[in-house]
Amino acid sequence: MSDSKTITLELFRYHPETDSEPRFQSYEVPYDEDWVVLDAINWIKDYVDGSVTHRWSCRMGVCGSCGMMVNGEPKLTCAAFLKSYYPFPVRVEPLVNFPVERDLVVDMDGFMEKLRDVKPYIIRDDVNDTSQGEYRQSPAELAQYKQYSMCINCMLCYSACPVVGHEEEFLGPAALALGHRYNKDSRDRGKSERMEVMLSNEAMWGCTFVGECSVVCPKHVDPAGAIQQAKAMGAQEYFKRFVMPRGAGTKGAGASRGAGA
Amino acid sequence: MTTHQHDVIIIGGGGAGLRAAIAIAEENPSFSVACVSKVFPMRSHTVTAEGGAAAVIKPHDSLEDHIYDTISGADWLADQDAVERFVNRAPDEMIRLEHWGCPWSRMADGSVAVRPFGGMKIERTWFAADKTGFHMLHSLFQTTLKYGAIARYDEHFATRLLIDDEGRCRGCAAIELRTGTVRAILGKAVIICTGGAGKAFPFTTNGAIKTGDGMAMAYRAGVPLKDMEFIQYHPTGLPGTGILITEASRGEGGILVNKDGYRYLQDYDLGTALDVSDPRHPQKRSMELGPRDRLSQCFVKEMWAGRTISTKDGDAVHLDLRHLGEARIDKRIPFVRELARSYAGIDPVHEPIPVRPVVHYVMGGIDTDANAATNIPGLYAAGECACVSINGANRLGSNSLTELLVFGAEAGAGAARFAMENAEYNLSGLEAQTADERERIRRTYFSSPAKSGGERIAVLRGELHEAMESGAGIYRDADSLNATCTKIAELRERYARVALDDRTNSFNTELTAALELSSLLDVAQTMAHSARERTESRGSHQRLDFPERDDDHFLTHSLACHREGAEAPGIEYRPVTITKWPPGARTYGADSGLKRKPAGT
Repeated sequence: MSDSKTITLELFRYHPETDSEPRFQSYEVPYDEDWVVLDAINWIKDYVDGSVTHRWSCRMGVCGSCGMMVNGEPKLTCAAFLKSYYPFPVRVEPLVNFPVERDLVVDMDGFMEKLRDVKPYIIRDDVNDTSQGEYRQSPAELAQYKQYSMCINCMLCYSACPVVGHEEEFLGPAALALGHRYNKDSRDRGKSERMEVMLSNEAMWGCTFVGECSVVCPKHVDPAGAIQQAKAMGAQEYFKRFVMPRGAGTKGAGASRGAGA
Repeated sequence: MTTHQHDVIIIGGGGAGLRAAIAIAEENPSFSVACVSKVFPMRSHTVTAEGGAAAVIKPHDSLEDHIYDTISGADWLADQDAVERFVNRAPDEMIRLEHWGCPWSRMADGSVAVRPFGGMKIERTWFAADKTGFHMLHSLFQTTLKYGAIARYDEHFATRLLIDDEGRCRGCAAIELRTGTVRAILGKAVIICTGGAGKAFPFTTNGAIKTGDGMAMAYRAGVPLKDMEFIQYHPTGLPGTGILITEASRGEGGILVNKDGYRYLQDYDLGTALDVSDPRHPQKRSMELGPRDRLSQCFVKEMWAGRTISTKDGDAVHLDLRHLGEARIDKRIPFVRELARSYAGIDPVHEPIPVRPVVHYVMGGIDTDANAATNIPGLYAAGECACVSINGANRLGSNSLTELLVFGAEAGAGAARFAMENAEYNLSGLEAQTADERERIRRTYFSSPAKSGGERIAVLRGELHEAMESGAGIYRDADSLNATCTKIAELRERYARVALDDRTNSFNTELTAALELSSLLDVAQTMAHSARERTESRGSHQRLDFPERDDDHFLTHSLACHREGAEAPGIEYRPVTITKWPPGARTYGADSGLKRKPAGT
């Protein structure tokens, strides 16, 4: 590795107070084969242009902050090594399918609402007292949902998804995977409540099963698989509505109503 | 004036803050709770914790053993009443989190699995593979979405605590990042849960956001920072990046070897090296399962003896996991494999991982009592930003995640009680303080003249890092600490001339970086001054010029107090609370498994 090597970063720039249009700005950055794209952006901000705006924190692929488009692909910039691109320029843009707040920062509000909509928490009326100990959950029951619990909310899947961009009602891969995660949790009794949301209009049915979400997911959550399973589950729920009162088809939920917390 | 009013304000949305929010929402359903965070809560640094969370749950374990491990691990600097409360409440809190959906790893019978951890005599560390913090944080965050009463102020950077005429804390001033608006977020009580300050050092496992903002805010408002000289180095970080390789890798049986392939820990009073095929390996409270402070100190001694391995990112030793086999590695510590492959180009199934000690955790913090209350009425603190203290001079791995729950809940309950009993406050005084704060920010960061000749944030931060690493690291002495204190004074003076490229309002992360550096300068100063005044060696604070523990003079907490107008903190002391466990020799290895009865039982 030589000190004199450099690599070009072309950063998407947009400032809502001063710019009517976004533009690209090029920076020459020292090339270090251990550096990830995020390190190069931080170097620019620290030493060249303090106005460059991006989000980041853990630099180890688990906080989910630093997702951006790198040469047109959604990536965690802390896991995208410069050596994969060198000696060619690296073009960095904000994640697509989101409004841009400034430079590389996108507006996450829509996702935060969709996440709340899928009720991503354990729902049950008969909550045990802690003195009764933990709920038993076998390793096999854990394996039913564990993969879907690995989502770091990095939003790469929303950028990869061809439906998210044009279908407002579509809850999107991450939120649906998390809804499905709780539906598959043996401790949960809230499936019918959750399916109510997931089955409405285009919330889930909008998915055309392109599967790009699972391709780009850095944590191998497989949202496409989750949606596929949820759709199958949803079809059952849908038909059950005609023959049973709501909730009665969900394991335990009907019987435990009113038992108190 | 943009003013928002709630019942309780929580600053910080990591594990402790979210636990506090849920505690209030559950116990006081009529209350409105604000959660103010400079990031989205699920980005909080709790997310990176890997190995697990300790709580007594198995029949062969006992509360008394967890208490003794914690107190001896703390080198007797922990307050014993606080440790008792912590250990006694831990199981309930962990079961509650299980009820909220945390995907704990399980035994065949469906009960939660536990693993051994450093300094713990019995395996009691609950885990979700090796992403325990991630799962705890997301479980807590997702659970908060159940409660309409929890109002989130995501990406709001709190800069100042607001104190009413009677001296009670009633909220904070915070910058809404999206617009740059400085808002008053007011409530009847406030909880700070802003995490640690590892970013005072260059080589750390800590994320970018861990800049001690809450510690600095409390300190400036008049709360002492307690035991700030105690900084935990985790013994196994990846050279270069500082990425954490969890202690769970040693809990599962991983070993540490020097350049000769020798398990050097046996030379440092940490026990005997059992063969990895011996069914008794890994032995608890022994060798690789010794406490973090001792293991990090052993590394330095090996380095001084010339027995470490040279890498392009400095000296290292080898963490060898190969004997665990691929199946066990993938099942129990898959993230270790993923991180080592991605960031070190090493597959631990086939090669040992180079590791070195890395700044990981601040034992000290905002001085609170065992109710999470500070000396300012209405102000509470919990999590890494707080010092209760249960961690003393050295925290045991897997106690901090549990601490978030126990003291987060405690702080929530305390703040809610205070809010109920002290409901009336005067809005105008608090709004005036917010207006002052807005003006201070404008004047300090946006009105300095030309950029040229000004100080650059990254340059000042780099010099602070160098001063902390060279002078206040694993081993310190009077000379090194004096030099660090002097350097910090110089940096604080130069900070007055800090110049920003960015003078705009919307999402100005150069402004927040400047504010974070200002927090770090305050917090680092308390670390260096507290370390200079403690002329003994205890736990993670090792003085080359005072190598012995000195209980006669220093069985005390240091309190770094902000003095208006003074350049440096005043350092005061308060005795440690000793109840049933008188200070003793801190032993690991063969004799550390002896049952110790508390005095008088």
